[in-house]
Amino acid sequence: MQRSFFYRNPSVLVFLACLAVFTLVVTTLSEGAGVGLISTSMIKTLGKTLCLSLVAVAMDLVWGYCGILSLGHFAFFGLGGYMIGMWLMYERTRDVVFASLANVEIPPTDQEIVAAIGNKIFGVVGSSDFPLIWAFSHSLPLQLMLVVLVPGLLALIFGWLAFRSRVTGVYLSILTQAMTLALALYLFQNDSGLRGNNGLSGLQNLPGAEAIPQSVVSLWFLWASALALGLGYLLAAWVVSGKFGSVIRAIRDDEARVRFLGYSVESYKLFVFVLTAAIAGIAGALYYPQAGIINPAEVTPIASIYLAVWVAIGGRGRLYGAAIGAAFVSLASTWFTGGQVPSVFLGFYTIDWVDWWQVLLGLSFVLVTLFAPKGLGGLIDLFLGVVRPNRHGADLGPGKGSLQEREATK
Amino acid sequence: MSALLEVSGVSVSFDGFKAINNLSFHIGMAEMRAIIGPNGAGKTTFMDIITGKTRPDEGRVIWGERSVSLLAMSEAKIAQAGVSRKFQRPTVFEDQTVFDNLLLALKNERSPIAALFYRRSKPDDNRVRDVAEKIGLADSLARKSGELSHGQKQWLEIGMLLAQDPLLLLVDEPAAGMTPEEREHTTNILVEAAKTRAVIVVEHDMEFVRRLNCKVTVLHAGSVLAEGSLDHVTKNQDVIDVYLGR
Repeated sequence: MQRSFFYRNPSVLVFLACLAVFTLVVTTLSEGAGVGLISTSMIKTLGKTLCLSLVAVAMDLVWGYCGILSLGHFAFFGLGGYMIGMWLMYERTRDVVFASLANVEIPPTDQEIVAAIGNKIFGVVGSSDFPLIWAFSHSLPLQLMLVVLVPGLLALIFGWLAFRSRVTGVYLSILTQAMTLALALYLFQNDSGLRGNNGLSGLQNLPGAEAIPQSVVSLWFLWASALALGLGYLLAAWVVSGKFGSVIRAIRDDEARVRFLGYSVESYKLFVFVLTAAIAGIAGALYYPQAGIINPAEVTPIASIYLAVWVAIGGRGRLYGAAIGAAFVSLASTWFTGGQVPSVFLGFYTIDWVDWWQVLLGLSFVLVTLFAPKGLGGLIDLFLGVVRPNRHGADLGPGKGSLQEREATK
Repeated sequence: MSALLEVSGVSVSFDGFKAINNLSFHIGMAEMRAIIGPNGAGKTTFMDIITGKTRPDEGRVIWGERSVSLLAMSEAKIAQAGVSRKFQRPTVFEDQTVFDNLLLALKNERSPIAALFYRRSKPDDNRVRDVAEKIGLADSLARKSGELSHGQKQWLEIGMLLAQDPLLLLVDEPAAGMTPEEREHTTNILVEAAKTRAVIVVEHDMEFVRRLNCKVTVLHAGSVLAEGSLDHVTKNQDVIDVYLGR
């Protein structure tokens, strides 16, 4: 009686197939494993783009489906990056310290090694002691767990407080902005234990893999990012496909009604909020080793606003829309701000796209919101010829099949 | 007959205005009751108190055989205990199909985990179909509920109440904006429901109330003005004053 998951959601298979083909094509064209048409830095950009698509899918889940306009999901993304960055930095510095101490006549004690590592990492902020939050940084499995646990825990505490007091709509958005801003301001401090505004750097070098060229390492991360995006997409599609999806879409449309149906709206929201924070954390943990550096500027409020813009341009309420939107806008952003786009001479003024890109982005956001609320994903509807009846609005008469307000005016 | 819901001495005020003033009310296990009253009589606030949306300043609301107080419970818990409510304006989830709307309301485990791993089953499908049959939407299960006409949305919402299998239905102006035939159908649905459970209907339309043929409670200024059959209360001088004196 019940059809299979993929039968009911054909777009999932199409998306996964496209992702696989994309990964294969990029791999064969890469420097590391193919003909070398795509440079290593481009591979990294593409890998990072996949991570951004993943966090956009999470954003779509929380905003497009559950109706919570979170403007703080990049805080979770950044935290994921910091967690993996701590291990990368610790391990690599340890290798460096070992190498430098190898020729010393008296073998160094463990304390001396730890002190040397601390000195190297924290010297830049005038300290040499390991703060408490670095307690697990020597262990990859523990830090990997923290990638999910730290954003998840922050989301749990924040969400519990916010949803329990029934903060909704624009007030909740402002609150999430305040959360990410507070986190950024805290991280900017030198004694935050995460190197202040220097952030964590050198993350592109994998400890123990120094001999392997970046062209190959970048491919590993591309594959890992593609895998994470595929799995994350599958998970999100599964979550929204069944009754749970029905409940959260109902919460988006009329929260009070759902409550009177006997559902605890708060626990559903909290579940979605924490789940998406964890996904964002994983996306961040894959993104920053490809970027090579993470600093507190990454979790400032503007980053989360960009995330909302990507999802809006891509088309919220459909997962592939969010993924496409993030990829499209972030790649366009790389292109425009990379200085490769020829400037436009107007005679009296020269439009330099590095400066004007943001204006263009803002303008397209406004236009999409006004004229194409379905975003880029709506193009696929157009292509497939799907026309959804739009019968929202007041009815014109009580009879069966009477026209709705908006239909009649068309 | 034992009471299903007993409201006693309830008062609530908003910024000094007493919306409900020392109101007492009770209803039995399988009973239909109509509540009428002029605008501002406190009908909606009364429903808000029962469903947990508004907390009264004083008074008691006792529920069910085990006589538990509803005042300490959240809206969701009250709904799970068997109180379901229909709003004045039809509120159905327009983006979802009629089937999904009913399935959402269907009495089942309500936790997120249960919803996540929920699998549709034959019995559940049949229950949804039963309800759809009752409200006359059996042919429209696959349609988006946003496409339905106003009257059909009202029925769908009543159907969502029935799907919850509640002990008490609170129905706010079910016949508003309906054609005479649609009213007829609505009356039948409600009368049928009242055979097995308690139904409280808030209505302005006297003709509709007459057709329900049940005991009537008249609210005025936050308390009960009169109670009895429709003929009885319409002869009451106080009721005439309140309704015609304006």
